[in-house]
Amino acid sequence: MTQVRVLVGTRKGAFILTSDGKREKWDVSGPHFAGWEMYHLKGSPVDPNRIYASQTSGWFGQIIQRSDDGGKTWHQPGTAPGEQTAQPGPPKGESNKFAYDAAAKPLTTHQWYDGTQHPWEFKRVWHVEPSLTEADTVYAGIEDAAIFRSTDGGENWKELPGLRGHGTGPKWQPGAGGMCLHTIILDPSNPQRMWIAISAAGAFRTDDGGASWKPINRGLRSQYIPDPNAEVGHCVHHIAMNPKRPGVLFMQKHWDVMRSDDAGDNWKEVSGNLPTDFGFVIDVHAHEPETIYVVPIKSDSEHYPLEGKLRVFRSRTGGNEWEALTKGLPQQDCYVNVLRDAMAVDSLDKCGIYFGTTGGQVYASADAGDSWNPIVRDLPAVLSVEVQTLG
Amino acid sequence: MIRVTLPQHLRTLAHVGYEVQIEVEGVVTQRSVLDAIEARYPMLRGTIRDHVTQERRPFLRFFACEEDLSHESPDAPLPEAVISGKEPLMIIGAIAGG
Repeated sequence: MTQVRVLVGTRKGAFILTSDGKREKWDVSGPHFAGWEMYHLKGSPVDPNRIYASQTSGWFGQIIQRSDDGGKTWHQPGTAPGEQTAQPGPPKGESNKFAYDAAAKPLTTHQWYDGTQHPWEFKRVWHVEPSLTEADTVYAGIEDAAIFRSTDGGENWKELPGLRGHGTGPKWQPGAGGMCLHTIILDPSNPQRMWIAISAAGAFRTDDGGASWKPINRGLRSQYIPDPNAEVGHCVHHIAMNPKRPGVLFMQKHWDVMRSDDAGDNWKEVSGNLPTDFGFVIDVHAHEPETIYVVPIKSDSEHYPLEGKLRVFRSRTGGNEWEALTKGLPQQDCYVNVLRDAMAVDSLDKCGIYFGTTGGQVYASADAGDSWNPIVRDLPAVLSVEVQTLG
Repeated sequence: MIRVTLPQHLRTLAHVGYEVQIEVEGVVTQRSVLDAIEARYPMLRGTIRDHVTQERRPFLRFFACEEDLSHESPDAPLPEAVISGKEPLMIIGAIAGG
């Protein structure tokens, strides 16, 4: 039977919301990892019961959790609960270790808020991206910005140093949320190609499996940086791609909604008639590759919707022409935010759209955005939303 | 046997109670106690000390015998009362809101 599983990361734990294909009645499980910041959870396309999760804390640092049974039970990869380490033996308990690669040593600094150079310091994992073909392979997007890969189910992590080492690192700088690598997109048609995005550096692409990277920011224009057309330094908030049409990318930049039809080599603005083009999330309909969704936010200093109205905007033309979707969403006194990884789509025939807010609501639409219902209303602030379509 | 108390979240991660007891070989120091804790409970690696630098995480502090040992050398011997098991080494999370 078809089932939908929504993975929700919040400031104080993770929640798993499940429903059948009608998406009317939902079971809520959680909080998992109560009290911890759960930046992101995502399931493997190869084995949907394999879910990776990033658990973080200002006190205790970074933990990687893994479930092999669809979120019922969790463990730190390579470490059974209460396990006694045998001596001698291979090192264990390494799944929390994200050590920057010394091969990138010449690139030991990035730009700090005041323009001075600052050393790279690991803070947390913002995003986990399971491989499209191997259940044990998973990528992690890191703050301070870097990309790591595990090929053993999360037990050990190794940086892909070509990203930090390619030369522009000293020009990268942290956005208000830190210098985070928050978006990783894998190309289903070409295992050597992937895209990442960093706040505030911009978008980058590899065509050789992560060995080398190049900035792909031509066409982005950011008035708030010294050179508005700079090669790097843009505050890209999120990028989305329909996996059935690799290479066509949609971007919510700090300000501006952008699209690229050539794998990121060139971008053009498609903000069109949006009432404000600041925002964080962007996503693409599962079956209509020219149908895209954003949640406009008033401004970078007022992180809430315009006029207290929570509206999703949909374009059926790949941008420029947008319609407000309001049915079921609060249209007065609403001052929540929708963060960059907090929107997702399912792949049922009638595409479902989901997003979470900093007010703790997770909204679902089972009709491609025409109408919305809250699955839950009172979770901690939502950091991320992912969806698995099962069965 | 050395007694160590852990903050709630680390107890949850390690599936243990408020206090754990641990055998430590050689000189009993912060470092040797934490090495033994991490060997017995590998899921705690990186949570008390940074995984790479091995330095105490900034929002954690070490107390014993009503003394703050957080800024002592990690290789300094711990108080006799800790070594004898009379008093625990307390690992405490800073009160920092949130």
